Amino acid sequence: MTLVEAVNDGLNTAMHEDDRVVVLGEDVGVNGGVFRATDGLYDAYGEERVIDTPLAEAGIIGTAMGMALYGLRPVPEIQFLDFIYPGFDQIVNEVAKIRYRSGGQYTAPMVIRTPYGGGIRGGHYHSQSSEAYFAHTPGLKIVIPSTPTDTKGLLLASIQDEDPVMFLEPKRVYRAVKEDVEEGYYETEIGEARIAREGDDVTVIAYGAMLHVALQAAQTAEEEGVSVEVIDMRTLVPFDKDTLEASVKKTGRAVLVQEAPRTGGFMGEISAFLHERLILNLEAPIQRVTGLDTPFPYTLEEEYLPTPTRVLDAVDEVLSY
Amino acid sequence: MATLEPPKTIMNDDGQPNGEVPDLSQDALLDMYEAMVTTRLLNERGMKLQRQGRIHFYVGSMGQEASHVGFGAALKETDWYFPHYRDTGVAVLRGASIEEMVHQCYGTAEDHIQGRQMPNHYSFKDINFYSISSPLSTQIPHAVGAAYAAQIKDDDVVTGVAFGDGSTSEGDFHVAMNFAGVWNTPTVFLCQNNQWAISVPTEKQTASESFAIKAKAYGFDGVRVDGNDVLALYQASREAVEKARNGGGPTLIEAVTYRMGPHSSSDDPDRYVPQEDLEAWSNRDPIDLFQAFLHEQNHLTESEDEALRERIKDEIQAGVESAENAEGPTIDSLVEDVYAQVPWHLREQADDLKRFYGERPDMDGGH
Ligand SMILES: Cc1ncc(C[n+]2csc(CCOP(=O)(O)OP(=O)(O)O)c2C)c(N)n1
Ligand SMILES: [Mg+2]
Repeated sequence: MTLVEAVNDGLNTAMHEDDRVVVLGEDVGVNGGVFRATDGLYDAYGEERVIDTPLAEAGIIGTAMGMALYGLRPVPEIQFLDFIYPGFDQIVNEVAKIRYRSGGQYTAPMVIRTPYGGGIRGGHYHSQSSEAYFAHTPGLKIVIPSTPTDTKGLLLASIQDEDPVMFLEPKRVYRAVKEDVEEGYYETEIGEARIAREGDDVTVIAYGAMLHVALQAAQTAEEEGVSVEVIDMRTLVPFDKDTLEASVKKTGRAVLVQEAPRTGGFMGEISAFLHERLILNLEAPIQRVTGLDTPFPYTLEEEYLPTPTRVLDAVDEVLSY
Repeated sequence: MATLEPPKTIMNDDGQPNGEVPDLSQDALLDMYEAMVTTRLLNERGMKLQRQGRIHFYVGSMGQEASHVGFGAALKETDWYFPHYRDTGVAVLRGASIEEMVHQCYGTAEDHIQGRQMPNHYSFKDINFYSISSPLSTQIPHAVGAAYAAQIKDDDVVTGVAFGDGSTSEGDFHVAMNFAGVWNTPTVFLCQNNQWAISVPTEKQTASESFAIKAKAYGFDGVRVDGNDVLALYQASREAVEKARNGGGPTLIEAVTYRMGPHSSSDDPDRYVPQEDLEAWSNRDPIDLFQAFLHEQNHLTESEDEALRERIKDEIQAGVESAENAEGPTIDSLVEDVYAQVPWHLREQADDLKRFYGERPDMDGGH
């Protein structure tokens, strides 16, 4: 099963188990979503629960919030993360703050699903990786899977979570990674990272599509005699401090990979956290490999995005410090 | 929407006038026709190049050539045009060259936006053709603000702004309409109602009886026009533009048309477009109608038409060859134009990338 099929399976499983779950968004019904993430749901659950909305992200998020207040479990889809901004106010000022603002009287548990990231020749507006805006907003959980198995388990856990979750799907690997995925209902815990590959010399931390870049780099490093531990964060907020700390304590060296622009990116937070906690365990300053501080380009997207070569270069740098 | 009056038309299904024909010179008529045909031929070639993997995307305007060309032709060159992404014809009408458009689709170094945007997302400031943005409806308030600025500077400039039916659901459409009404700006809004927003039909987009009627709530006129009839579109647009120019404020024009192709090269319309609708609308192909009109009125012979199409195809071919052989953008171009001056951190990032890619990465297997 591919990653996007795992999204579909997760949604189908959730809708089957829990009739509070509704899906809404642009082209999610008859068309089954522009990436086919909601394929078949319209036929299976009908137009009342699988809603082709008017074209307005503020409306999608705002009405989803109303549904959540009233007890449904909406799973709004935003067609591309790049198009979420008309709904940004609803997300950061309303969805994220309602529990706090009402002293817990009202809550808006919902899962905002959206494909993110580059590598599909999408230019400025079909490639952004703007998770940091949301990570900077207290009240939102941020989940970013990188494998089909995690995608399904994390999606199901997100839908049952009592808090709103931003569920960012790495569209670059929607169809690139395939694996057998457990049938039926299972949850993967939010807030737990995964050691994607064990190693001793250096820790590479990544999430989403970049996890696969990190793994490729680790493979090449091994051929050169360097043992790389790769950690898949899976949840950015709240992140798994124990797994990160234990790994970096062990290796004493870390390289952090994100495709988002460098300035204000989430890996800056992880770098600060590790330096604050582990300065005496570190053998070298932690390095970041990131996208550029530019809008996402079209022709030169391969050059913009972190590659295994650039990750290896940073691995060399922390090893030879 | 069944009880509505039919949209305004001038040409019948055979391209014969059944209303008053706008007073346009033969040159003006032929320019409009050439822009429409160029748009269609570029569309055909672009979709083919995409399928061959030479370019990575194409968003066409099959069936909508009259909607935007009729509107664009009613504006003066000094008027600012804020395009929808299907409006290639207006760029052509205003003098954008086929070659530069093909370079944009390939994202080469000769593309004057340096391969930064997806295909068809043109920007031609020298001909007052605004930069196309993918986020829908964002250009609509820009057109109102620019019209306001022109007004307070006492410039004789009207702004024209185009968008789709689906785009009217975004907040930006409504705020722009409201501001235009309150400020009485010289802005003409064109809603190209092609019946679809990707797979979502208009009845799921709005419960209004039409798109044109939405203007009423904002305090100005809306008119519904046959979007496949370039003369009707031109006529209605000219009236709206003149009104705007004379201080009469904004107008919303709804061009009733049909998207005759996929939403874009990424879309599979067989999943949702009824075949019979496509067949019905193909009887009113905007180019066929106008061609019949021009033949009948002795503005264009069949052999002249043939020669025109050959010339356009040759120009497209020349553009493709030029783009295929062009270099890609430089690494430095990545960090330019983010700010007026390249700040230190971007300079550093570009220099670091050059360690891996040199000054100009190789462009193999297409761009
Ligand atoms: C803000 C925003 N949301 C979603 C999209 C994705 N999208 C691209 S085109 C499109 C449909 C647009 O429909 P319409 O306005 O009718 O224009 P048409 O394509 O039919 O010409 C959608 C949903 C987008 N580009 N921008
Ligand atoms: Mg449309």
